[in-house]
Amino acid sequence: MTHDKLVAYIRTSTRDVFTTMLGLELTDGEPFIKEEAPAPTDGVLALIGLAGRWAGSGTFSCTAPTAMRLASQLLMQSYDAIDEEVLDAVGEITNMVIGNVKTALEEELGPMGLSIPTVIYGRNFTTRSIGHSKWTVVPFHLDGEVIEVHLCLAPSKDPASLRMPKDHPAAVLSIE
Amino acid sequence: MPVDVMIVDDSAAIRKILHRVLLQADVPLGKVIEAGDGVEALEKLKSTKVGLILSDINMPNMDGLALLGALKAQESTRDVPVIMVTTEGSSSRVMEAVNLGASGYVRKPFTAEQIKEKLAGLF
Repeated sequence: MTHDKLVAYIRTSTRDVFTTMLGLELTDGEPFIKEEAPAPTDGVLALIGLAGRWAGSGTFSCTAPTAMRLASQLLMQSYDAIDEEVLDAVGEITNMVIGNVKTALEEELGPMGLSIPTVIYGRNFTTRSIGHSKWTVVPFHLDGEVIEVHLCLAPSKDPASLRMPKDHPAAVLSIE
Repeated sequence: MPVDVMIVDDSAAIRKILHRVLLQADVPLGKVIEAGDGVEALEKLKSTKVGLILSDINMPNMDGLALLGALKAQESTRDVPVIMVTTEGSSSRVMEAVNLGASGYVRKPFTAEQIKEKLAGLF
């Protein structure tokens, strides 16, 4: 699975979710490959796991104001603070974005399982992956704000299983 | 005659969106009952009868395909139409749902019109 293909799948899926469910148009940023752990960050981050012959993790991240805006667009009501509904909305947006990437990947990589999303909101937190896989990072711009979708995928050590493998690349979180 | 509808999805956001679409749709809507997974749905269906179920697939505790199988195995719920509303878009998952007896399949992301079209085919 190449970086360019992953970028294309992520762009198609993310744009589709944003136009269909949120009525928002995104502008593409410049995608890149990340190997090192990212610097501490702020905002809302949703994580979701993929398992199958290939396995890994996907994340969706944005600032708190953007998360409130996305929830407002999705649920047609205004939010001025991060609450359960905003976090649930970001989790569901992530589920749709990564879920549709998974459907595209399954054409080539066979059936994959998708975990339930986990959503984190905070300041000065860091994610890093267990293992040595590279992350494909696809940024988007929305009225001056940056939204990022990250995907890490590698051949599975347990290809028969659709369960989340214990020793597979997965995002973990540390709070500084 | 009004139709009571159950929405099964672990996302409160999606339950809220589907509830809103149901209110806008041209169906004789009665009560709308919500459940966060298959286990909660089956529990609520012990004491409530519904005329339609909209269900996600990827949920904790009991997923939508297991729920669909359980509904079709019970005489009291066997004939209730079930529409799957899910990110699971692979042809194998769609076929699995159809073989288990799903009356319709809508992929997320969806438009209100796509849901309304599926409902129009049932009422």
